[in-house]
Amino acid sequence: MPDFAPNSGVHALRIVIVGHVDHGKSTLVGRLLHDTGSLPEGKFEQIQNVCRRRGMPFEWAFLMDALQAERDQNVTIDVSQIWFRSETRSYVIIDAPGHKEFLKNMVTGAANAGAALLLIAANEGVQEQSKRHAYLLSMLGVDQVLVLINKMDLVDYSQSIFLQIEKEYREFLERLGIHPVRFIPISARDGLNLVEPSNGAASWYSGPTLLRALDRLPVPNAESDGPLRFAVQDVYRFDERRIIAGRIESGTLRVGDHILFSPNNKISSVASIERWNAPLKNMASAGESIGLILTEPVFVERGHIGSHDTETPIETKRFRARVFWMGDSPFSIGKRYNVKLLTQEIECQLVSVDRVIDATSLETVAGLRLSVMKNEVAEVTIQARSPLVMDNHDKVDTSGRFVVVDDRDVAGGGIIFGGVYVERERIHSTNLFWSEGRIDQRIRTERNGHRGAVVWLTGLSGSGKSTLARALETNLFNRHMQVYVLDGDNVRHGLNSNLGFTPDDRTENIRRVAEVAKLIADAGLVVITSLISPYRLDRTRARNVILSDDIEFIEVHVAAPLQVCERRDPKNLYKRARAGEIKDFTGIDAPYEEPENPEITIHTDRESVKESVGRLLDFLIPRLQLDLAEYEI
Amino acid sequence: MESRYAHLDALENQSIYILREAYRKFKRLAMLWSIGKDSCVMLWLLRKAFFGHVPIPCVHVDTSYKIPEMISFRDRLTKEWGIQLIVGQNRAVLERGETFPNGRITRVECCSLLKKDALQSIIEERNYQAVIVGIRRDEEGTRAKERYFSPRDKNFEWNFKDQPPELWDQFKTDFDPGTHLRIHPLLNWTEINVWEYIHRESIPIVSLYFSRAGMRYRSLGCAPCTKPIHSDARSVPEIIDELRHTKVAERSTRAQDQEAEDAFERLRSSGYM
Repeated sequence: MPDFAPNSGVHALRIVIVGHVDHGKSTLVGRLLHDTGSLPEGKFEQIQNVCRRRGMPFEWAFLMDALQAERDQNVTIDVSQIWFRSETRSYVIIDAPGHKEFLKNMVTGAANAGAALLLIAANEGVQEQSKRHAYLLSMLGVDQVLVLINKMDLVDYSQSIFLQIEKEYREFLERLGIHPVRFIPISARDGLNLVEPSNGAASWYSGPTLLRALDRLPVPNAESDGPLRFAVQDVYRFDERRIIAGRIESGTLRVGDHILFSPNNKISSVASIERWNAPLKNMASAGESIGLILTEPVFVERGHIGSHDTETPIETKRFRARVFWMGDSPFSIGKRYNVKLLTQEIECQLVSVDRVIDATSLETVAGLRLSVMKNEVAEVTIQARSPLVMDNHDKVDTSGRFVVVDDRDVAGGGIIFGGVYVERERIHSTNLFWSEGRIDQRIRTERNGHRGAVVWLTGLSGSGKSTLARALETNLFNRHMQVYVLDGDNVRHGLNSNLGFTPDDRTENIRRVAEVAKLIADAGLVVITSLISPYRLDRTRARNVILSDDIEFIEVHVAAPLQVCERRDPKNLYKRARAGEIKDFTGIDAPYEEPENPEITIHTDRESVKESVGRLLDFLIPRLQLDLAEYEI
Repeated sequence: MESRYAHLDALENQSIYILREAYRKFKRLAMLWSIGKDSCVMLWLLRKAFFGHVPIPCVHVDTSYKIPEMISFRDRLTKEWGIQLIVGQNRAVLERGETFPNGRITRVECCSLLKKDALQSIIEERNYQAVIVGIRRDEEGTRAKERYFSPRDKNFEWNFKDQPPELWDQFKTDFDPGTHLRIHPLLNWTEINVWEYIHRESIPIVSLYFSRAGMRYRSLGCAPCTKPIHSDARSVPEIIDELRHTKVAERSTRAQDQEAEDAFERLRSSGYM
């Protein structure tokens, strides 16, 4: 058998190159491939020919631009992966585009990189994208960074310019928690300090060349030392054996270990670790795709996360995260999304946008926001329909990050912070976990046969809220459900008798109703509120209050055109408002802010009460049902 | 051998993960089996992922110009491994003789008719939602730009300018009706990795890859458009050693790629594998 080259058996290091457009990424890559002797035979000549045919000087960037479209536009469109070798190991270069619209390609490229090269042109200095990209790298988890100050030839290899850029950029990176390994002055076009050290030019620089600096970076390992997180992908029945297939995302698992599966809290021991055509091993560690055979036939399915019972993950429906948004339509409160976290996929809503961050200044963008726009980074609170299993990102990165799916598209990504770890007490007899003796939502739900919820009807006076509320109440009551209507008019006679119709009083009115609705829903009832509730912000606050208690909030826009409402005028209020007898009347001399993303809109001018109630029930009933998986024992 | 090939573990684990995701997400799923080394490695990885089983059908697009040895190899493995084999062919074109070189069409047009169109009609006939294909990023430029889960529209076209983001192993798996998906579990493998893995796992491959009388095939396609290279490599380790020192591109022996500057790119964006 012939000898193998020394680089066999060594992991390739994946590196991403990012930087402002035109700061020289493609040139750097082309030159690096050439200087390390990594170009396929004839490739250099082929590009030479292309350039000659087009009557232009030799362009290193063409090596990267394999697609016709790119050559025409002269902008690198998508991530390319290119391999090269030093004397000691191999590298995969991901050429991430610097064009602002191409965020999702950069994210795709950088998400799995082990190291990043941040490229800054010496003649232009630190630019907006130099900062934005660094911010994203910090979120994506790339923490080994080399900064290359390129185009040194254009500034006469000036040390003072180099030092000035280094100072400014280092300061910014440190605020992100990125500690750059090194700053290197280069000229990609001439090959200065890539593979060959500076010969005369920039002689003040005595550090390593790029290639040498790269060779010194370690390949990041999967987290075998962290807490065990085993993500279940599927359950197979092959050859009459039940195999739990999945990947170890963190930590190490051994045959005989007691594994707790969240969110179901089932415990079993590992009877064997299954691999096909592989040496028998009684342990497996982070990164391995394996199968488990359990000693007990507990219920386990895709999305469950196995851990040791001594170090369990967080299990919650509500969590805070720092997200970046790539979608064309914004990430908005009230809309429905899916969160994918490891193998879990669960419907969720954005509860609040707590802070929008300007990635270039790291400052908070002022003002209350209802959504996160494309290319923005923000701290948000998210509410899931059923419990998600997760970790804080700084504890376990693989289970501390997720993507947000908006109507079939992966539109955002996020990392989780601020979650609270709760020690789970085990009740052996039932395998269920709760604090003993407390009657909580789950127990009430079980007794009632349905969940509590708040159905929030909003709309103009005369739009049909009360009629709809009573019809819905009757229907649910006849289904033996616990249901109660909180009517705006009635509330104003008692609880809110001291409030009028000024904006402040309206806000307080809504606040009190929301709090009361929350209490009633917490007691297990379906609450239907029937109030004009004209302000978007007030309704958002109500939503937050109710979601914060893990209670479903369903905003129903009872919509009818003003003219229709005015024609109906069941209480003669419009007439009096028009006559000036009532001030601040919604729709006449006070605004009504329509919901932007209500769960459901009912057009009472176009459909009968029966039709409206039918549509509401279709939406509502599935959301009131018990989550059976939670109760299976 | 264990530690020398430790770097293959990460690739293997990732490919298994992707195959299991694909199997879970798509009920109508098939693997494209070209009989070449890459798809044989993929077949092996399927058995790894599913504990010795090949739970999905394997589609072979037979252009009728394949080297005969490939067909006998295919049939042997099908029997031994219990593979559900589906053979596709563009019979209409073959009967009319509209093929390269006799049918007055170019190599690229021939590829498009015999491979792309045959594949397309199988996918339509059998209503596959997704097809697993063994392409790798290091093969050539357009494949470098691929995703693990890569959508094709109703007309099979690949919109490489607007691809879904892929991060943290979360793949886009929900699509408009009519979209079909290419899944690429070997995307991050290199040609050498494939051979190293064949060596480590002792995966059977068609003997055309090994040197006979100073020649061997490095890449397998149709007989009229694929030429062997000069080589004395008679075993897998010898091939690995040869590849470590070569600077010739893997697909340089595939004549259809060389017809025009962007021949392969055009083929791929219209639905070629």
